[in-house]
Amino acid sequence: MGIQRLFIANRGEIAVRIIRAAKELGITTIQAYSEGDTDMLAVKLADEAVCLGPARATESYLNIKGVVAAAIENRADAVHPGYGFLSESPEFARAIENAGITFVGPSADTIERMGDKVAARQAAEAAGVPVVPGSKGRIESVDEAVEVAATVGYPVMVKAAAGGGGKGIRIAENEEELRSLAPQAQQEAAAAFGDGGLYIERSVKSPRHIEVQIVGDGEKAVHFYERECSLQRRRQKVWEEAGADCLDNATRETLCMAAVALAEAVNYRGAGTLEYLYDESTKEFFFIEMNTRIQVEHPVTEMVTGFDLVQEMIRVCGNEPLSVSQDQVKKSGHSIEVRLNAEDPFMQFMPWPGKVESLKIPEGEGIRFDHFMYEGYQIPPFYDSLIGKLIVHGKDRADAISKMAVALEGLEINGLKTTVPLHKALAADPGVASGDFHTQWLEPWLEAGNLKPENT
Amino acid sequence: MAQVLSPLPGTFYIKPSPEEEAYKKSGDVVAVGDTIGLIEVMKTFIEVKSEIAGTFTGYVAEDSLPVTASQPLAEVAS
Repeated sequence: MGIQRLFIANRGEIAVRIIRAAKELGITTIQAYSEGDTDMLAVKLADEAVCLGPARATESYLNIKGVVAAAIENRADAVHPGYGFLSESPEFARAIENAGITFVGPSADTIERMGDKVAARQAAEAAGVPVVPGSKGRIESVDEAVEVAATVGYPVMVKAAAGGGGKGIRIAENEEELRSLAPQAQQEAAAAFGDGGLYIERSVKSPRHIEVQIVGDGEKAVHFYERECSLQRRRQKVWEEAGADCLDNATRETLCMAAVALAEAVNYRGAGTLEYLYDESTKEFFFIEMNTRIQVEHPVTEMVTGFDLVQEMIRVCGNEPLSVSQDQVKKSGHSIEVRLNAEDPFMQFMPWPGKVESLKIPEGEGIRFDHFMYEGYQIPPFYDSLIGKLIVHGKDRADAISKMAVALEGLEINGLKTTVPLHKALAADPGVASGDFHTQWLEPWLEAGNLKPENT
Repeated sequence: MAQVLSPLPGTFYIKPSPEEEAYKKSGDVVAVGDTIGLIEVMKTFIEVKSEIAGTFTGYVAEDSLPVTASQPLAEVAS
């Protein structure tokens, strides 16, 4: 094992998760923290700790120079960036590489390439991963638009080639609609941008969010199957599952192997996730982006495959080959994770950074709780509101949902408002049980008043 | 002299954005419900509104620094 002293450039539950993984690998842990996080659990659990600066993230966790200097000063031979903060900053990864320290993630060049929408789309297409079909270049006439739409497939989204934002965007269900909408879109684009050129792409309606977990060692890559994260509020995932029961085996296989092809094509090292939109009606999937880090929802994949993804990413970034081949990755049962936020779900999800007065954690087979709380802990107001993740593993999806309902009943966090009531209502909801939902499902469900105190 | 207190712990800002002027300056008239600052709590911005009417005297908490719940942020002469 190359890595001996791992510097953790993150906070909260993921810092705790990384420390536990590193300790099991016999690695010394050095926890970075801000002045707003002196009491956090990861500081207590780590072998060593170093203060980065003021509570404000731009002066501590996001300060590239400061974090790199602290890693050097504390003789770290590797840095784990967690998720968020600097985890997908090519500048940070490059600064760490230049200091002769191992970055637990892909190379700065790979982060840069996959972080650029156009470059990532090109890399995906080159590796045979489907992207949302669209026009190759700008479209000048209505006839040309109709011609392109016939190959792209309806419904299509028509938008201005110049500029961004929502100006000039229209959705046409068929050729007739396109013939009447395209001239309007052209006029609007010309008025807004002085350029009537259009761009056409397939409109994926009410898509599901499916993502594939991969780990690569810089040469070979394996997938750990897929997750479904369609229950979202304000583009934030709320409830995540492994696997995605809406997929048939052939589609799942294609989706996962496409992810491996892309990871190997870019010589991917570390843990990564390919995110796709999935159109259930046509069984088509389209690559949207790649996240070049460990993700919040990685535990559901660990539950169904039995692998420790954080340990695996540390090992491969320490120059070891993958410890597993594709045929050794099997999945069993179904797993669900819910994100617990310090927010009041009955008050427009207003943040609630209180003090943990008492804490009762559910236990039992197939129940896992990743968090960073202890009794008497004051949740700091300076960072995001995620306080923990409750994860269950059942023999199938229905079993996992009922396990989640029981686990939520056994969880008590006093002193704070949390999103536990939302999850209790979701676990009891027939729409969730049927699995018939998509990324546009949860917000209307909330607006319709489905979250009531008596449902929880 | 009355004080406007922070409703929540977080980071206090006296301006709507870094490029703009402070919400209030000394001598400004303050009506009930006027916004005097922002609290950033868990990546959400919440407006701090005055519950007092009078004349703005000044900020007593510093811009862009952490504050605790119920900490005095500004003073209003009523």
